[in-house]
Amino acid sequence: MDQTHKGDHEVDHVTGTATTGHEWDGIRELNTPLPRWWLNIFYATIIWSFGYWIVYPAWPLISTTTKGVIGYATRLDVETDLSALRAFRATQTQGLAEASLEQIKADPSLFRIAMAQGKAAFGDNCAACHGVGGAGSKGYPNLNDDDWLWGGSLAAIQTTLQHGIRVATDSETRVSPMPAFGRDGILKRDEINAVANHVRVLAGLPTEPKADLAKGRALFEQNCAACHGPAGKGNQEVGAPNLTDAITLYGMDMASLTETITNSRGGVMPAWGARLDATTIKALTVYVHSLGGGQ
Amino acid sequence: MNVAEADGLPLFAASKKVYPQSVSGPFRRAKWTILILCLGIYYLLPFLRWDRGAHLPNQAVLADIAHNRFYFFFIEIWPQEVYYFTGLLILAAFILFLMNAIAGRLWCGYLCPQTVWTDLFLAVERAFEGDRRERMKRDEAPWTTGTLLRKTGKHVVWLTIAWWTGGAWVLYFADAPTLVHQLATFTAPLSAYVWIAILTFTTYALAGVMREQVCKFMCPWPRIQAALTDDDALNVTYRYDRGEPRVSVKQAQRLRDQGAPAGDCIDCHQCVAVCPTGIDIRDGAQLDCIQCGLCIDACDNVMAKIGRPDRLIGYDTEDNVQRRLAGEKTIYRPIRARTLIYTTLIMLVGGAMLYQLATRRTAEISVLHDRAPLFVKLSDGSIRNAYAVRLLNKRPEARPFALTVAGIPGIRIEAIGAQATADLRPIVTVEADTSREVRVLVTVPPDAHLDASQSITFTASDLFVGEIVRAQDHFIAP
Repeated sequence: MDQTHKGDHEVDHVTGTATTGHEWDGIRELNTPLPRWWLNIFYATIIWSFGYWIVYPAWPLISTTTKGVIGYATRLDVETDLSALRAFRATQTQGLAEASLEQIKADPSLFRIAMAQGKAAFGDNCAACHGVGGAGSKGYPNLNDDDWLWGGSLAAIQTTLQHGIRVATDSETRVSPMPAFGRDGILKRDEINAVANHVRVLAGLPTEPKADLAKGRALFEQNCAACHGPAGKGNQEVGAPNLTDAITLYGMDMASLTETITNSRGGVMPAWGARLDATTIKALTVYVHSLGGGQ
Repeated sequence: MNVAEADGLPLFAASKKVYPQSVSGPFRRAKWTILILCLGIYYLLPFLRWDRGAHLPNQAVLADIAHNRFYFFFIEIWPQEVYYFTGLLILAAFILFLMNAIAGRLWCGYLCPQTVWTDLFLAVERAFEGDRRERMKRDEAPWTTGTLLRKTGKHVVWLTIAWWTGGAWVLYFADAPTLVHQLATFTAPLSAYVWIAILTFTTYALAGVMREQVCKFMCPWPRIQAALTDDDALNVTYRYDRGEPRVSVKQAQRLRDQGAPAGDCIDCHQCVAVCPTGIDIRDGAQLDCIQCGLCIDACDNVMAKIGRPDRLIGYDTEDNVQRRLAGEKTIYRPIRARTLIYTTLIMLVGGAMLYQLATRRTAEISVLHDRAPLFVKLSDGSIRNAYAVRLLNKRPEARPFALTVAGIPGIRIEAIGAQATADLRPIVTVEADTSREVRVLVTVPPDAHLDASQSITFTASDLFVGEIVRAQDHFIAP
């Protein structure tokens, strides 16, 4: 073999390397092979991959895959992580289950866990009606304020959560039917108007110019004072709202008051004791109590 | 075609193995001292204790990644204060620049970990395989059992040093005595073993195998410092005004007797033999020279033997060599514009960092307004806003903070789960070296005239040491 050719291919005289034998517009390419060590590593990785086929799940079959001899599966990893998470949560909620509501409120670490769990549970279960952060809306009480229909103590909130409001299937549920004074024919239209005007007097709001306030007052004492009290201060025992404060659930304008007195109201809240475990109810109780209005 | 190629010169030169010879002298002694000092600090510092009270680790230098804290003696840094490290890096850069402006590559020659560990590894190599000549001979000769044993011994010691280097590294990230015990009983976390393995490998490879190749080809600093240097920076310089022409000792004597000029350099190649990067300093300033000063020691030893003055190689400038050749006075200017500017910058940055540290707040407050609801009307007509207030306590003991709020007449504050003082300030106790978030309710009486949004100021006052921190936020009304 001469110096200018190696096999069939021309040798580049500067580098001493053979060319690939192709020529493109007068340009020839040096045939520089991959380094031997690089190739060997490449072959080794191919051999290595056979090990993977045996050890790990690898080949897709018609309805399943090969499982691999060590039984590895990503799904198992997830389940291991999830069970570890459940175990961790169990230790966290263990304390909540054993402590009383007052103890949870007083212990900073239990309180932190209860607030975190309560916030999550509130978002899942309560926010649909009461809004994110418990801001409420017409007919759905704002849980941040200091006005409570059924009481704002820890125990009262827990009872409300556990048994709900006007839940037919729960014997201990909060229940207080206000009569539909108009619909049931107890009061006539002008009487309802007089009572509505008297309620506005109790709340410190202006009344209609021609309202018969004396009649309204008399009718209120006959029909309403039993639950709402003669001064309209309400009664949490029966869920009768305070009519004199600045907070109203259904509105204090004449139209809303007339509607309320004529047809009554009666919001319903589910009995969460049937759906949530006791620890979650506790956490929710502490969370709602801590929103701002807890008593 | 490339000119060099056309001339038949190859573009690629295979690296020649460097066999640095041992040498003694003041520069060698200085290098040993620095080596012992640097490695001593590196290997032993994790074991130094520093009392920070019951709640904090008592290790003087500790990067506590798990708890997001960095401890350095009396300094404790939280993640949000990581800019201290930025300052430290800026300071380090300016100090490097200053060293470079004064005396060239002081960092490379004496302080760089690559230099320090390579020096140590070379000492081990000498202990097993002998000095330069012996090593060269042995490498050329065919393998013998003796060679094999010597080389095996060398690599074992190298790996031990490398392993110990990695071992010391992980001790900066956990309580050192505990981790040593865990490592000894094979109960340490996996990451510790992985890091030890990585650093064992890098130390062994960089200091044992690659050595001067790192300085020549991998490190960017030689290129950067070449761009930073100027004519007045001292560098390890062969004073060719004195050295040339190179003649033998005898011929030099003869020339001098005749009154003819004779250089002091006798071309003994000792400066080349001791050089850890295998260069000839007599070729002038060059990127491959790390300026370790070992050629100065080697040359001084030769000069002493032949009875000529020392420092034929020494710290000098090229300009001064030229001046001496021209018969002018030499000029040394360690104080000049650039050294003054670097010194000023170092003092500015260092001063700013010290000021920051000295006035570092050990408490912080941050306030986040509730998004839903933005405000709540209470039964008496008051308006209430709720906030998440986070208090940071960077001190090693629990601290009670009294919260107050100001900005609107009659404004009141309460915190969920906190007791209040007699004057109705809620007291929030934050445990040592931690932060705590509390839900805070701010209420304004019904008779206040409120805009849609008004600015209010939260204040947290430490009841023990009196530190006060403030935060601005808004009070939203209908």
